[in-house]
Amino acid sequence: MFGRIARPVTLAALAGALMMGTAAAQTTVKIGILGDRSGAYSDISGEGSVVAAKLAVEDFKPEQHGLKVEIVSADHQNKPDVGAAIARQWYDRDAVDMITDGVTSSVALAISQVTKEKNKVFIDTGAGTADLTGPQCTPNTIHWVYDTVALANGTGGAMVKRGGTTWFFLTADYVFGQTLQRDTSAVITKNGGKVLGSVKTPFPTSDFSSFLLQAQGSGAKVIGLANAGTDTINSIKQAGEFGITEGGQALAGLLVFSSDVHSLGTKVAQGLVLTEPFYWDLNDQTRAFSDRFAKQMKGGSKPTANHAGVYSDVLHYLKAVAETKSTADGAATVAKMKAMPTDDPLFGKGVIRADGRKIHDMYLFEVKKPAESKSEWDLYKKLETIPGDQVFRPLNEGNCPLVKG
Amino acid sequence: MADTAAIDAAPIAAALPTTRDDKALHRLIFIGIAVLLIVAPLVLYPVYLMKVLCFALFALAFNLLLGYGGLLSFGHAAYFGMASYLCAYTAKQLGFTPELAILSGTATAALFGLVFGALAIRRQGIYFSMITLALAQMAFFFSLQAKFTGGEDGIQAVPRGNLFGVISLADDRAMYGLVCVIFMAGMLLIYRIIHSPFGQVLKAIRDNEPRAISLGYRASQYKLAVFVLSATLAGLAGSTKAIVFQLASLTDVHWSMSGEVVLMTLVGGMGTVFGPIVGALVIVTMETYLAQFGAWVTIIQGCVFVLCVLLFREGIVGLIARVVRRPL
Amino acid sequence: MTTIFGVPMQALFGQLLLGLINGSFYAILSLGLAIIFGLLNIINFAHGALYMMGAFVAWMLLTYVGLGYWWALGLAPLVVGAFGIVLERLLIARLYKLDHLYGLLLTFGLALIIQGLFRNQYGVSGLPYAIPPELSGGQRLPFMFLPNYRAWVVVASLTVCIATWLVIEKTKLGAYLRAATENPTLVQAFGVNVPLFLTLTYGFGVALAGFAGVLAAPIYSVNPNMGADIIIVVFAVVVIGGMGSIIGSVITGFALGLVEGLTKVFYPEASATVIFVIMVLVLLVKPAGLFGRTA
Repeated sequence: MFGRIARPVTLAALAGALMMGTAAAQTTVKIGILGDRSGAYSDISGEGSVVAAKLAVEDFKPEQHGLKVEIVSADHQNKPDVGAAIARQWYDRDAVDMITDGVTSSVALAISQVTKEKNKVFIDTGAGTADLTGPQCTPNTIHWVYDTVALANGTGGAMVKRGGTTWFFLTADYVFGQTLQRDTSAVITKNGGKVLGSVKTPFPTSDFSSFLLQAQGSGAKVIGLANAGTDTINSIKQAGEFGITEGGQALAGLLVFSSDVHSLGTKVAQGLVLTEPFYWDLNDQTRAFSDRFAKQMKGGSKPTANHAGVYSDVLHYLKAVAETKSTADGAATVAKMKAMPTDDPLFGKGVIRADGRKIHDMYLFEVKKPAESKSEWDLYKKLETIPGDQVFRPLNEGNCPLVKG
Repeated sequence: MADTAAIDAAPIAAALPTTRDDKALHRLIFIGIAVLLIVAPLVLYPVYLMKVLCFALFALAFNLLLGYGGLLSFGHAAYFGMASYLCAYTAKQLGFTPELAILSGTATAALFGLVFGALAIRRQGIYFSMITLALAQMAFFFSLQAKFTGGEDGIQAVPRGNLFGVISLADDRAMYGLVCVIFMAGMLLIYRIIHSPFGQVLKAIRDNEPRAISLGYRASQYKLAVFVLSATLAGLAGSTKAIVFQLASLTDVHWSMSGEVVLMTLVGGMGTVFGPIVGALVIVTMETYLAQFGAWVTIIQGCVFVLCVLLFREGIVGLIARVVRRPL
Repeated sequence: MTTIFGVPMQALFGQLLLGLINGSFYAILSLGLAIIFGLLNIINFAHGALYMMGAFVAWMLLTYVGLGYWWALGLAPLVVGAFGIVLERLLIARLYKLDHLYGLLLTFGLALIIQGLFRNQYGVSGLPYAIPPELSGGQRLPFMFLPNYRAWVVVASLTVCIATWLVIEKTKLGAYLRAATENPTLVQAFGVNVPLFLTLTYGFGVALAGFAGVLAAPIYSVNPNMGADIIIVVFAVVVIGGMGSIIGSVITGFALGLVEGLTKVFYPEASATVIFVIMVLVLLVKPAGLFGRTA
């Protein structure tokens, strides 16, 4: 049965020959967009990420740097095994140098492992897990846009400072929700607030009315939603029905994207407070980018933070490759990216830390009232800017093996 | 009506008696498969092949229950997924060697099969399917909430380890060898079960349960036995997959996985010996190459389901079997 | 204040009422499943997808045609019912001679297709659908704030369930229907057009799902996956109730809503699984279900 083991040597030789064929005079860079194109996160990832990556390549003008850039894309269906298999195949057989997007924490962690094994580059934009730059950090992975700790810090800290001193949590009953609640609670207590209680909601839940009544009864000033996706949408929708915000309690979404708010409409979501690192209507540059983006999207939708992240990371990656002139050593490329300060029209100036965490400012937003909203995508008003060095987890607290001491 | 435990349109292939000639033919096919397995990695990507083999074993195990026991379980993801969790957990947290981890996963699946099976066989036909589905859903919620499964992150970075503490499986070729051995062993075991006296009684129960009971066979014991066997082998497939892909996640316990294995068996031909293998090959290939089409994957899968049920109930291998007039 | 296990009596009333509202959805959906199963012997796996379709049709009527909630409540079930009739004529009708399991597989495939198509077209974040102005706001009861819309859901679903039961038990049409369930060949011999009956029954059953979808649209997220999770719970409801009686499926639906509501107060983590646990217990004690006839 083991007779075949000797054979793949020929296979390796064959693969080697194929690789030689693709190497041209120019350095060819192949970028893979591995996101969710069909499932629960296809609105924040999906085709938008491909559009964003193409815009980044367009703006970088690779031919001026002696580079040739190709973009491929695939759907990991939010299944870690599918994601890992595609990543493996891209690295092994399709000469992909860098993967980005990687929405969904479980898939992101799986891709990160494969990327380290193959010494390529993975820049995650969509996943929330802070483990990517914590215990499971690798020299080949950068976490670009946000993580759950930053969201907890942003929303939790800023809300308490603004007078939301007592909290009640609706917590999705699995690791993600519990982590989110734990991190936010820590921030709240640190800032002098108090957590009055919490209720664990099964995941997924369609009817939150019973849990909302419990939250209402607690008398807390802020109801924190430690959940995501459809759970968040359902809880916000039903909070409106039960007159929660009208009763003087504030709703704080701990993981909400502009696409979620768009789907809820301002009538239902008004008054919701949330943290995001990007909003299309922040300044002239984000507006210009978002217009270009919307022209290429079905339905003319505006970019989410994840899409902006893909644009920004592809740009920075290509800048690094233009310097190193080679994509062979993924860890070296990442080291180069960490050494160069980041600067792009969407996130402004920033840095990448040793643990792979990209640092930039985040913003506390409140969803506008229908009367204030002038158009379909006019959703947020900015309450405050939270500086990057305050919002992300301090470098020495993440237990990342790459950080010494 | 609820008593029709069996699939009425039992494939012709399974209905034909197996003669000595056919056994020789089957032996030839087994050898053919073994040769294919040796040659395949020269042309095809080994990780893809391993995925096909894991799912083929899963589908074979499922087909043992559906095709020969006449019981349509809509919750086989529970055994596949729970086994993969346990295997990943023992390999990663307790430092088990791969063979022990796979064994522990398989044993877990057997246990789940025993408990769920004992409950589910209390009803027949459609009720049976719905109960297996609901039980599997409980297993899903358990996996979601339990600490050791890591919730939606799953158990990541499972070490492939050293087989028997000696052979490193980090190399895809060694891993592929192990998967081939497990697959061949599983397949031959199932073949043996089908053609044993036990298998004959099963077919009798499938075709006419009251008659089998009146002949003195304890139908429910036979049904439970085949249920446990099927769950165990599904667990073997799930455990192997956890080691190959070095992760275990909610995907494997979700009900859409149960649907997928039904689809594989249906496409390949239920109640045929080789059908599930072909079905798994077709479906996994489809998923791999359709990945770039995104949202269309589920739609195409749905269409395949509908087409198979309406026009193509015998499946690919069932059709071939009818054309060559030999059971396959 | 009177308390039970540390929970104030009044809060408990509130939760029971909410449970009843959820039970309304289970009741309408399991009623539709039971009617279809009774006559066609098909477990309609596409029921959840058609429930979702009902909610989407309501949204489309509002967005593309400008027809509001009340129109949708009447039209969406018709649209979904008509769609169901097409499905039955073109596809499902071909399977009656075969084992029922094929019906399950076919409708499973249909559910995948319908959900996939909607996902392709509308994404997954869901679409906004507002509560009709007539029903917004709520009543301040002594023990809770009851949104008017929730009260309406209970009234509407009870009315539909009782009306359906009356039609089946008390009218001539219902008598044919029951007879055709028992012995189709004999009924056909009496000159009743049984295939037409089957078609209309399927259309009616899925129209109920569409109706539930419209009821759900203002309070739950309108997204392509909304039916996928509820359908498995409804299956469990059906197993617990047994398929023997129409009224049984309705009572079980409401009762399980109440049980689930109570669980949310005392042990919220288990509220997703409690129905499955009850199912296991019922199977151990009464394998045919609470209202089912022993086969």
